[in-house]
Amino acid sequence: MVKSDQQLTAPPFPLPVLSPTINSVESAQADGDLAIALRSLSAWYGSFQALRDVTMAVLRQRITAIIGPSGCGKSTLIRCLNRMNDLIPGFRLTGQVLFDGQDIYSKRVDPVDVRRRIGMVFQKPNPFPKSIYENAAFGPRINGYVGNLDEIVERALLLAALWDEVKDKDKLHKSALTLSGGQQQRLCIARALAVEPEVILMDEPCSALDPVATLKIEDLMRELAQNYTIVIVTHNMQQAARVADSTAVLMMNEDRAGELIEYGPTREVFTNPKEKRTEDYITGRFG
Amino acid sequence: MHQDVALGRLSRVRRPGPLQARLRRGREAVVYGVLLLCALVSVFTTLAIVAALLEEIWAFFDEVSLIEFFTDTQWTPLFRDQHFGVLPLLSATLLMSLGAMLVALPLGLAAAIFLSEYAPAGLRAVVKPVLEVLAGIPTVVYGYFALQFITPEIVRPLFTEAGPFNAASASIAMGIMTLPLVSSLSEDAMRAVPQTLREGAYGLGANRFEVALRVVVPAALSGIMAAAILAASRAIGETMIVTIAAGNMPNLSWNPLEGMQAMTAYIVQVSLGDTPRGTIEYSTIFAVGMLLFLLTLLLNIAAQWLLHRFREVYE
Ligand SMILES: Nc1ncnc2c1ncn2[C@@H]1O[C@H](COP(=O)(O)OP(=O)(O)O)[C@@H](O)[C@H]1O
Ligand SMILES: [Mg+2]
Repeated sequence: MVKSDQQLTAPPFPLPVLSPTINSVESAQADGDLAIALRSLSAWYGSFQALRDVTMAVLRQRITAIIGPSGCGKSTLIRCLNRMNDLIPGFRLTGQVLFDGQDIYSKRVDPVDVRRRIGMVFQKPNPFPKSIYENAAFGPRINGYVGNLDEIVERALLLAALWDEVKDKDKLHKSALTLSGGQQQRLCIARALAVEPEVILMDEPCSALDPVATLKIEDLMRELAQNYTIVIVTHNMQQAARVADSTAVLMMNEDRAGELIEYGPTREVFTNPKEKRTEDYITGRFG
Repeated sequence: MHQDVALGRLSRVRRPGPLQARLRRGREAVVYGVLLLCALVSVFTTLAIVAALLEEIWAFFDEVSLIEFFTDTQWTPLFRDQHFGVLPLLSATLLMSLGAMLVALPLGLAAAIFLSEYAPAGLRAVVKPVLEVLAGIPTVVYGYFALQFITPEIVRPLFTEAGPFNAASASIAMGIMTLPLVSSLSEDAMRAVPQTLREGAYGLGANRFEVALRVVVPAALSGIMAAAILAASRAIGETMIVTIAAGNMPNLSWNPLEGMQAMTAYIVQVSLGDTPRGTIEYSTIFAVGMLLFLLTLLLNIAAQWLLHRFREVYE
């Protein structure tokens, strides 16, 4: 079932994304454009199978969107990418999640290292009940960063487009809970960036925000995609169409397990889907 | 369908006529009156007790000035050379309670962190009730445990100069006694910290210990502080353990290896002795009791305030 690295086969979908040479996990890897490869990933909560046989590639410094009806396993899938599901009792998976060619679920890998390199932003803004500064400094502190903490914090807040709103000395040291929802979410992005990850996972990062705050975060994501690999789960198809380079569509099969039914460049998926079910979903006839 | 069933049941109940309605209102008025009377009786009793106490305390401070009470370093109301300085009793109470907290806080907090952040649900279901059994052991048992075991087997082998009665062994026993209070309340506070905060920290590369210490404990801090204060207040009011293990000699000293008399122990000594009522010697216990009461009242108010604040954080 689990294949070795040498036997990497082309995924069951074409990948004419941006570079014409990329049409398989293999060539993406050869180009150094492959950040994460999922191979035959299945996942269970106890006896309930939430994901079935998902194979897909996440390209470096691109935005990959995962869309699909609610309950189809989008969160489960994205949380497999940084071993966040390890925290859930009864969770198990088969298949591989290859990050830089290494299976992050291999016994030799420490999940704490994985999460340091693959950061996460959650559905509901969840800043710590500490000051804005301490939130941004949290990751560097626990990871024993040397260097000027003030600079790291400022850089992270600048990257997250929050610095201008909080740069006053007394604002910076106020509780993060005094910020608006959108600001809190950008603080959570800054908090993740401060650890200098390579990949940022976002699970419906805008679902608790108003349209203006949502657009701000989308701009920010486009900005960040120049240097980071971003995976975003969204139930909002317009959002996927606006921000993502490639889009994956998940849907439940008859056993309620999530399956990848379509994956490709966002424009292709939205204008010329291979699957009837994708078309139905996108045009609102389903889900 | 569901509604039909509910309506069917309703329609079988006969609507009360005007007479029944008046009867029911009458019955309710009677119940109201009886309950009010009960409430008033308990309020009145409390007030009467306070009044009686105040009378005794008044009599005491008529003869002994507040300044002497709080500055004299000797407490010898039962001797010929009478001194009424409460400091030896107060310091003994505070020292032994502090010692108890030195035992109960680290152990209780560690137990709470283990139960809330590490233990799988099955283990927690076993450990938690076992810990709580500790809280149900009568304090007189702890007292003899301190006197017969902690003092001869632990304190005196380690510190040969320790006496048969000493503050250290009372502190250790009180620490064990209050440990479940600390761990149980702290654990409640820690489990109330939303899972999303933990996930946020794990997502930044924190390990379990860092999540517990840097996110969960700070977020639950006011609840943990309230637990600590309630435990301290229990230790301050604790009577049996200090009476049995620390002895009955008023002693102004910070050395935990010496015997000393706590405020509660003094009250027991006089209440059980043959000191005649109405004398100044007898009224000392009301002055000491009042001080004890104020101390624990203050601590309880502080704890309530903290608990209230901590509940507000996530709502
Ligand atoms: N911790 C869990 N324990 C058991 N089942 C879960 C758990 N989390 C999610 N599920 C189930 O897995 C399926 C996929 O959930 P999820 O990945 O959250 O979907 P989505 O994010 O697409 O809405 C759902 O049927 C959900 O009920
Ligand atoms: Mg979800």
